[in-house]
Formats: sequence, structure tokens, C-alpha cells
Amino acid sequence: MKLPWLAALLTVTLAGAAGEVSAPIPAGGKDEALEVPPPPFSEGIFPCSSCHAGMEVNRTRRMLEDFHTEIELKHDEEHRWCLDCHDATDRDRLHLASGEPVSFEQSYLLCGQCHGEKLRDWRAGIHGRRSGNWNGHKRYLLCAHCHNPHQPRFRPLAPKPAPEPPRRPAR
Amino acid sequence: MDPLDGKPADPSRRSFVTAASCAAGAMILTACGPRRLHEFPKERLREALADMEKRYRAEYGGDVEVLDTPAIPGVLFAYALDISRCIGCRRCVHACVKENNESRDPQVQWIRVLSMKNERGVDFSEADPYYAPAEVPEPGHFYVPTACQQCENPPCTKVCPAGATWKEKDGIVVVDYDWCIGCRYCMAACPYGARHFNWAAPTIPKDELNRHLHVLGNRPRPAGVVEKCTFCIQRTREGRYPACVEICPVGARKFGNLLDPDSEIRYVIEHKRVLVLKEELNTAPKFFYFYGT
Repeated sequence: MKLPWLAALLTVTLAGAAGEVSAPIPAGGKDEALEVPPPPFSEGIFPCSSCHAGMEVNRTRRMLEDFHTEIELKHDEEHRWCLDCHDATDRDRLHLASGEPVSFEQSYLLCGQCHGEKLRDWRAGIHGRRSGNWNGHKRYLLCAHCHNPHQPRFRPLAPKPAPEPPRRPAR
Repeated sequence: MDPLDGKPADPSRRSFVTAASCAAGAMILTACGPRRLHEFPKERLREALADMEKRYRAEYGGDVEVLDTPAIPGVLFAYALDISRCIGCRRCVHACVKENNESRDPQVQWIRVLSMKNERGVDFSEADPYYAPAEVPEPGHFYVPTACQQCENPPCTKVCPAGATWKEKDGIVVVDYDWCIGCRYCMAACPYGARHFNWAAPTIPKDELNRHLHVLGNRPRPAGVVEKCTFCIQRTREGRYPACVEICPVGARKFGNLLDPDSEIRYVIEHKRVLVLKEELNTAPKFFYFYGT
């Protein structure tokens, strides 16, 4: 299913490349300073309002045919489409099921609505990769850094070379 | 007395006294010789480290620093690895080789990733470390990366005839490369295959040398000594995560202080299904495997 203007989050950055850091994560019990890198937008796509500002909002659920055709939704696509997560009034934000808007920096709140136990583990540092200091300043990744929100299944990777088998001396 | 000719039997009193005093002298002399690094007085250790730095600078060029960062009080390191997430990509293996200056040829790798079949479960007899498909994870397989389990009750340190390997206060089992005699008893004693022997002088490309060195950790080793994972002692004692934790693309690797109730490692132990390898051997590993899903 091709989908419209929700192209915002795209490429899955595996190798990390955390870049500079922003948006401290609120809540979660301890007020340890936790930081996430900026969301992994595909180049030139954000802010969404730069195109969408003057457009009329069409709330009919449909296949997109003119733009954002590269987005293939494989994330409960039978029940969902763009405007379930992307906000139609404030184009540069997402919204929760309650309608409360959230920024892309806090997209984990959106993911956590369904994947609550993953959010809990992520906050505790168990789900997902952390870097930095085990006894201090840590850096998190957003869900979208590893899981493309439109196709969240983790993609297979090419493995690094296997070890050499033991060499046996010639006799 | 010789029963045949009545003369004193060998050894004569004179040669016996000579030999005995030589032996006594030799015993005293050994006590004057070099001691293990952890017994060195501080200022002598600093000199020894400066010597090492000089040697490494001559060999590899550029600047190097050899540190002896001590254990942080109140810290006992432990590791947890999520077997339900590991995809067997071996990024950890190669990050470890770089971080810890492991020999490229002959190849030494502290981490070994074992590919196992789902239907067999954790079964070392059928584990395959040499898997090389185009993409991982392979259907029907899961992966168990192994390295030193940093046992609380390590069999390897007990068998060392030279006292060249021991458990530090923060739980890291280390090797004194200058004191190791290369007998490899520890390798035989380790039930996890976690110790590796330098059969030849290690080769490390000059431009790939990690120049941030710890004397008990990643400093380049000589030929003929045993080496092993040190939980990246040069990083973790400075508060950083080990290299393998930071590289893991699926975030399967967790590290922290076992004595801190708020640490990630304690969260894993308290909330997830956890296992250790070869529990029946009573080695009490501080390397835990868990199912995060």
C-alpha cells in the first residue's frame, strides 16, 4: 500500500552515526540525563509544512499516487494509514491516539502506545542500543533509528567475515 | 660412607654445602627480581609503564599511553546479552579486535559467535562458529556470542603456576603479560574457550593500533602469552561502555555495575529470563544471557 505525505521518517541508520544530540528524554523514573540524536529524516523532507502548508487536507483514506510513493507501509497496514500517526493540522508533528500532538523527537511516545513493554524496556536501557557511560551520561537512539516506522521489521544484514579455522601444520 | 673403600660418598660435605648455599642465594635473588605488576610499588610501576610506552612508540610510531587505571570502589562489572535479539552479524567481534589490539595474523578474536539451531536449543556440540551466509539472521537459527564469562569463581586463575592471572576487585579476570610463562594451563581449565594463545608475535597494522592502552588490557602482547576479554578494562574503568556494547546494531549487549540496584544489568536480572553458560560447573559467570522479548 502506497501512502501519502508521511514520508518523514525514512532510512534505517544501522551503523549509528548518532550525530549531535538534542532533546533530553523526560519522565521514566530516574532523572538521569538521557539524550537522543535528532530523528532520522530523509534529506530535504523536513519540515513537512514547507510543502504541505498551502495544501488542502484530504482526510479520506486512500493510496497515494502522486507523491511519497516510495513509502510502502508494512506496519499493520490493513488498519492504518498516514493520518493515524501524522497530524493533519500541524504538519510538522505526530499525534497520539488521544489526538495529543507529539514532536518527532518524542516519537517513542507514539510507538509506546502499542508497544508499551518495549517502551518500558527502552527507558530502562534494555531495549535498543545505548552508548556513552555505564555510570553516567548515556545516549539513546529513537525507535526510528533502528526501525523504519513504515516497515519496522529489523532488516537482515551481511555478516562480517567468519573466523579462520585453526591452521594445521603440514606433516 | 662408601662400603667398599671407606671414603665419603658423593656428595661430599664440601659440595653439599656449596650447592645448598647456592640454592639459598638463588632463592633470595628471586625475591629481588621483578615482581608481578599488581605487586609493584606505585612509582616503580609508573617507570615500567613509561618503558612500555617507549617500546610501543618505537614499534608503532606516534603517541601511545599505557594506563593502570585502578578498579572503581563499589563496582562489580557484569554483562548481559539478549539472545532473542542477536542476529549474528559479528560486528562485535571486529570492533573488539580493533579496540583491544588483537592480532590480525595469526588471528586472535576474543569474541566467538556461535550459530545454533532453533530446534536444538543451546547445544555446544552442534554450534557453528564459521557460518557465512549472505545475510543474517538465517532462518531457523539463533546466535550465542561467547567471550570470557568473567567468572566469580574462575577455574583459570587457580591453575596458573606463575600467578600471572587473577581476578581484580571489580571482577575482571586479567593476565599479566610480562609474568605469563605461556604454559596454557588456564586455557585447558577454562570451560568456555575464552582464552587465546599468541602462537607468534601478533601483527597489528600501525594505523589501526588503539593507542589508548591499559597495562592489564589491550596493550600489544608479546608472543607466547595468553590473552582474553577484559570487559574493555581501558574503557570501562573510565566509565565508558565496552566497544562491543556500543557497536551492536540490535542493542543486544548490556553492561553495568552488579552492585548498583538501578543499573541496566540489575534490571535485566530482575525482569527477564536469565541463564548462564555451564551453570553446573559452579564457575558463577558474570556474563548473563537473557531473552528480552
